[in-house]
Amino acid sequence: MAVDNTTVKQVASLARLKVEDSKVESTKDEFNKILAWVEQLKEVNTDNIEPLVSVNETKLPLREDEVTDGHLKTEVLKNAPQQEFGYFAVPKVVE
Amino acid sequence: MHLSRNSAILPYRKWWSNKMTELTKLTISEALKGLKNKEFSASELTSAYIKKMEDGRKYNAFVLETPEIALKQAKVADENYQNGTNRTLEGIPLGIKDLFCTKGIRSTACSHILENFVPQYESTVTQNLLNGGATFLGKLNMDEFAMGGSNETSAFGPVVNPWSKDEPLVAGGSSGGSAAAVAADMCAGATGTDTGGSIRQPAAFCGIVGIKPTYGRCSRYGIMAFASSLDQAGPMTKDVKDAALMLEVMAGYDKKDSTSANITVPSFQKVLGQDIKGLKIGIPVEYRPDGLNNEISNCWDKAAEMLTSRGAEVFPVHLPHTKYALPVYYIIAPAEASSNLARYDGVRFGLRENGEKLDDLYINTRTSGFGAEVKRRIMIGTYVLSAGYFDAYYVKAQKVRRLIKNDFDEAFKKCDLILAPTAPVSAFKIGDESMKENPINMYLNDVFTVSVNLAGLPALSLPIGLDSKGLPLGFQFIGKAFDEETIFKAAYALEQDVNFKRK
Repeated sequence: MAVDNTTVKQVASLARLKVEDSKVESTKDEFNKILAWVEQLKEVNTDNIEPLVSVNETKLPLREDEVTDGHLKTEVLKNAPQQEFGYFAVPKVVE
Repeated sequence: MHLSRNSAILPYRKWWSNKMTELTKLTISEALKGLKNKEFSASELTSAYIKKMEDGRKYNAFVLETPEIALKQAKVADENYQNGTNRTLEGIPLGIKDLFCTKGIRSTACSHILENFVPQYESTVTQNLLNGGATFLGKLNMDEFAMGGSNETSAFGPVVNPWSKDEPLVAGGSSGGSAAAVAADMCAGATGTDTGGSIRQPAAFCGIVGIKPTYGRCSRYGIMAFASSLDQAGPMTKDVKDAALMLEVMAGYDKKDSTSANITVPSFQKVLGQDIKGLKIGIPVEYRPDGLNNEISNCWDKAAEMLTSRGAEVFPVHLPHTKYALPVYYIIAPAEASSNLARYDGVRFGLRENGEKLDDLYINTRTSGFGAEVKRRIMIGTYVLSAGYFDAYYVKAQKVRRLIKNDFDEAFKKCDLILAPTAPVSAFKIGDESMKENPINMYLNDVFTVSVNLAGLPALSLPIGLDSKGLPLGFQFIGKAFDEETIFKAAYALEQDVNFKRK
């Protein structure tokens, strides 16, 4: 499955990245090299094989639904690039 | 008058300078002995390493030096020795890979996007080391977000391998700064992380020991996530004993990481020196393709002979899906990375590049903040997870991942350990053309390491010898899940026979 320039731009947009127009062609080539290489997985018969999501297949532990942490507003905001009135600030999203 | 004063001081200076060098040559276990016997203080030991760290700046191993913090911690260590309340790693100066969040100390993952990030909490692994009494010299260079095998994707530039001769060689990656710092005696030991070989390959390139423990052995809490089903932290040290000692402190169940294993950490040191007679060691036939470098092949045979002469049984085993491990890895790791790295959006922490609308802010921040390799992997990951391709790539890769794990399960019915090369080559030069030309050439360096991560198994890389260029060659012992003990036992025995001369 080879990708074209449109797909490259589409994938970039999904990933919230910008590929300069001058780089689209080379990015597409690189993409196709990698995809052609992983294509070899097709030759493996995986009928009736369950996907392995994680080697840790034991049941995830549950805990009581209680507050274990919190009240750390200052710490949480410490690395914020921009904050206002104790909140993270972003450009206006609602007119 | 002036002359005579100088001549009186000179011999003392020389003695002191020699003593400092001697101190940084010590392994962790040797240093602990000296500290306990009051041959030197933790402050003296830390000062010696700080000097060494400053002298070794040409290697670009540290991206942040924290000498004041280290000296403060050393003072506490000295008090503890005085009071007899010294802990397991009391006063041992370590370097920390910059992927670990360290409270109040800048942690960047060597990415432009986190260049000013100061964590407000401590990762569990580094907290365990601090609780064990270790002192932290600083943060170590690495490939950006641990994506790379040569440390060349770091926003701080590549690390220079201390074994370099005429031209600068890579230290390997992604934990290149950790490996170089340990090899050049700039720290007594270092933390690393291994997603596809990032502890073992740089350890091999720099002639040191590094172990990736079983998935779940060390908590991932506070380690910046790359591929969550593969990432594991581990120690990088001067010898096997130090690795055992350090891992005991780093490992353990942590309820803050739901994938951390609630299994008691045994004493790894206890098995060192035990007889390996009758131990069954498998040699995977598929790891020896026709094109394998002769020197690596010979070194492998030599190691197998040494183990045999100690009474181990060495025989071939099969891991038939080995050739598919790399393509599986380069689907699964980017897929998980694209999801994990979605958090870097310029809103809550890290770099922000403003834009007119919120979406522009995201795009500008991420485009400017991430380097080329990270963007490449995010895009590959986004593609294989996108509607229409999810089953063909991602689910298919997960199915083959199970077959790779099954291969190991089958092999371990016949043997206790597997012995294989860590990397197909020794350290190559910085800026290698063929690696730059095609990203796949760089990915091929991970050919012997990624299967272990996919199967979640522990593996330790040990320097075995030098190639004709005088560069270290590393081999790895791969063990059963949660059986690091057998790995340590065999690696310690082989280490005695190999008698590798550290840099």
